[in-house]
Amino acid sequence: MSAKNEAVQLQATQYLTFMLREEGFAIEISKVREVLDVTTMTRIPRMPAYLSGVINLRGNVVPVMDLGLKLGMGSIEYTKNTCIMIVELEVDGNLVEMGVLTDSVQMVLDLNPEDIEAVPKMGTNLNTEFIKGMGRQSEEKFLIILDIDRVLSSEGEAALREMDSVGSGRQDESKPEEAAEAEAQGTQAVGV
Amino acid sequence: MADSEYAEIFREEAGELLEELETSLLELEKDPSDLKIVSRVFRAMHTIKGSGAMFGFDDISGFTHHVETALDKVRDGTVPVSTELINLTLASRDHIRALLDAATCGGEADPAEGERIIGLLQALVGGGAPGKEQPASVSAPPALDMGGAVEKDPTVGSMTHYRITIKPTPEFFVGGNTLEQLLDELKMLGECTVFLHEEGKSEILLTTDKGVNGVEDVLVFAESSCEVKLKVLAVEGEDEFEEHRKLGEILVEKGEVSATDLGKVLERQKPLGELLIEERLVSRTSIDAALAEQKMVKEGKGKGGVAKGAESIRVASEKLDQLINLVGELVVTQARLTQVSSHHKDSDLVEPVEEVERLTAELRDCVLNIRMLPIGTTFTKFKRLVRDLSAELGKEVVMVTEGAETELDKNVIDQLGDPMVHLIRNSIDHGIESPEERELAGKPRKGTISLAAQHSGANVVITVTDDGKGLDAERIRQKGLEKGLIRPDMELSEQEIWNTIFTPGLSTAKTVTSVSGRGVGMDVVKSTVDALKGSVSVTSSVKGKGTTITIMLPLTLAIIDGLLTKVGDTHFVLPLSQVEECVELTGEDIAKFHQRRMLPVRDQLVPYVRLRDFFAIPGERPALEQMVISRINGERFGLVLDGVVGEHQTVLKSLGWVYRNATGLSGSTILGNGHVALILDVANVMKCARQEEHDALAN
Repeated sequence: MSAKNEAVQLQATQYLTFMLREEGFAIEISKVREVLDVTTMTRIPRMPAYLSGVINLRGNVVPVMDLGLKLGMGSIEYTKNTCIMIVELEVDGNLVEMGVLTDSVQMVLDLNPEDIEAVPKMGTNLNTEFIKGMGRQSEEKFLIILDIDRVLSSEGEAALREMDSVGSGRQDESKPEEAAEAEAQGTQAVGV
Repeated sequence: MADSEYAEIFREEAGELLEELETSLLELEKDPSDLKIVSRVFRAMHTIKGSGAMFGFDDISGFTHHVETALDKVRDGTVPVSTELINLTLASRDHIRALLDAATCGGEADPAEGERIIGLLQALVGGGAPGKEQPASVSAPPALDMGGAVEKDPTVGSMTHYRITIKPTPEFFVGGNTLEQLLDELKMLGECTVFLHEEGKSEILLTTDKGVNGVEDVLVFAESSCEVKLKVLAVEGEDEFEEHRKLGEILVEKGEVSATDLGKVLERQKPLGELLIEERLVSRTSIDAALAEQKMVKEGKGKGGVAKGAESIRVASEKLDQLINLVGELVVTQARLTQVSSHHKDSDLVEPVEEVERLTAELRDCVLNIRMLPIGTTFTKFKRLVRDLSAELGKEVVMVTEGAETELDKNVIDQLGDPMVHLIRNSIDHGIESPEERELAGKPRKGTISLAAQHSGANVVITVTDDGKGLDAERIRQKGLEKGLIRPDMELSEQEIWNTIFTPGLSTAKTVTSVSGRGVGMDVVKSTVDALKGSVSVTSSVKGKGTTITIMLPLTLAIIDGLLTKVGDTHFVLPLSQVEECVELTGEDIAKFHQRRMLPVRDQLVPYVRLRDFFAIPGERPALEQMVISRINGERFGLVLDGVVGEHQTVLKSLGWVYRNATGLSGSTILGNGHVALILDVANVMKCARQEEHDALAN
């Protein structure tokens, strides 16, 4: 199925918009369970850097992913705006929750199908598989609409690749300082 | 009448009875002369028939009746126990199962199969064809003292009060019967009050709506060897049946006292019962019994035939799961409470908090215990499988079991059924040779399959061993090559080749039988065991001494006792059952061994892994470290940590699908302060550390 067809199929939907490195992103609001401030996170050792660890969400242990690292944009820096979106997705027929770490959550936005453009074949510098379309917020401003299910459930391959580098004691060479930083933050209580 | 709720009760009850029936039949096959077992089989059939009729499963009770008739001949001794008889009875058991499933779950039962079995049974026992007789009317025994002429039998369907007197003769007990069994069966019919008289006579007051015939059906067992009297006292809703009678009349009727004696006593105008006892005309028991009878008939209100004092109750397993979750939450909250109280240092608080801690621990153990079942229940199910399969394949196989009392979580046992069936099938089909081959190989004709279970630390180890021809590594390799599962250039050890039998699509059976050869099976075993977080391995001897499959399962308790430890800011929990001891590791110790990771503990060198290095946890290690020693597969192994915090009741939480492949970790738990701690899988840490050291040296 081409990206264009997919864009056409999108209905007028509400989206939650959020920022990663001054860039606007959006995901369908129906996927988002709640938005939390950053709380104490426990890092799981020997796992890829983009997996930030687990948090205690009212008695449930929920894994958290650093969306910045996952999309190859560098790790999230903790500020007072940093937050965790709790997203629901289906894995092997079970509904599971997962936390997504972002720089800040902005607003809820209505987008009609005609406001959404197909993903450009090149130029996004992102894995186009992860993108559902480009949402037009205003004349000048575009949002990247993420296919969050794909982003979150694509851990398989990515995890394997990065695990090799962790296993052999090296960090991901392309962005060593960020990965190291993420490693250091790992098990510390990061308050806001 | 086959109300869905009652139908469900009947289905469960009958299911249990059928299992019991199967077990008994297989025992009987081993020891055909044991009349006790025959009685047990008969009784199980009879109960199925009785409750089947009661709940409106007429086809089941009708069919069972014929089987029962045949078994009655066996009980009398007119027909001997033969393999054919046992086969037919087993087939009947299966047919009842099919009827039951058809009636309750929707499905098809083949009526022709029923007729076939009945026909064969009748041919075997040589009985005249009972034709289309109704089961209940067959056993109207002339010996019984019928209370009133019954034409349309008003006793069926309405609550009726009976008086039953039973006086067993010595033969009764010789036949392997006990009065309790009989009484239990009567209790199943309805409300039952029993009075034991001194001279071994029992008087039973029974209220039931099953009708005279239903009661007689039960008594038919005892009838031949006991003096049995049955009297209908009153039918509810039929006032004219019998008026409430005075105590004196009842006693006179029962022959406890003569009418003249009664008249004399009555003249004195004292409470009748007291007077009769004073006069030593009747015993206290007789009076009590009569009074109770009077009261029962007077009250006349059937309270529903609910059996009281049941030894067990049925509970839906979801309710248990919910209970366990709640107890889990309670344990976490209690840990928090303990932590808060230790901060406040208030002695008034400390005491109740300790009490809560103790109670919580007890509650936890109790609740977890509810779910633990002995694995033996599954083992017995396989006896039938072994018997049928070996007959089908023309092999002689005996099954022996060991450690049947080993307890495992119910969920695990439930899921273990399928893999075990596969393993046993494989052993009989591929493993054990035909009797002739076995004799040629100098082995006993009968092959042996042994099922064993035992606890090993926090695990349960289940082994399925056969003394068959063993695995042929070369043939497996050939097959693997054919199927493209093994590349020709791969150098595989024997063990590695054996392990390929767990890959999908591999079967070495030359022909596909109904039993195996389709290449599914072993991979099912592996995936099921994996899903239970266990492991499965195979060992075999090439010289035809047989194959052993070992399944290792964690006890998978929802809550475990753990040892809480710390490395940097991360808390780790070790299952306490795996901890042997804790020792200190000083800088001196390390220097003495020139940075080599081992330490002498009690005159033995213990290798260790520093968790900080293994998990790449940032920060400086303290001058004094703690080493926790575990024993894995008989080897001592140390984990070096920053510090030991203490014991911790650990509610296991999964790390989630993202972390399902996490190294060295089996889960997580939430601490009193709300932080997440990680649960260590010590064996996995040891395995990985060893592998990594090995790989590092190889490079």
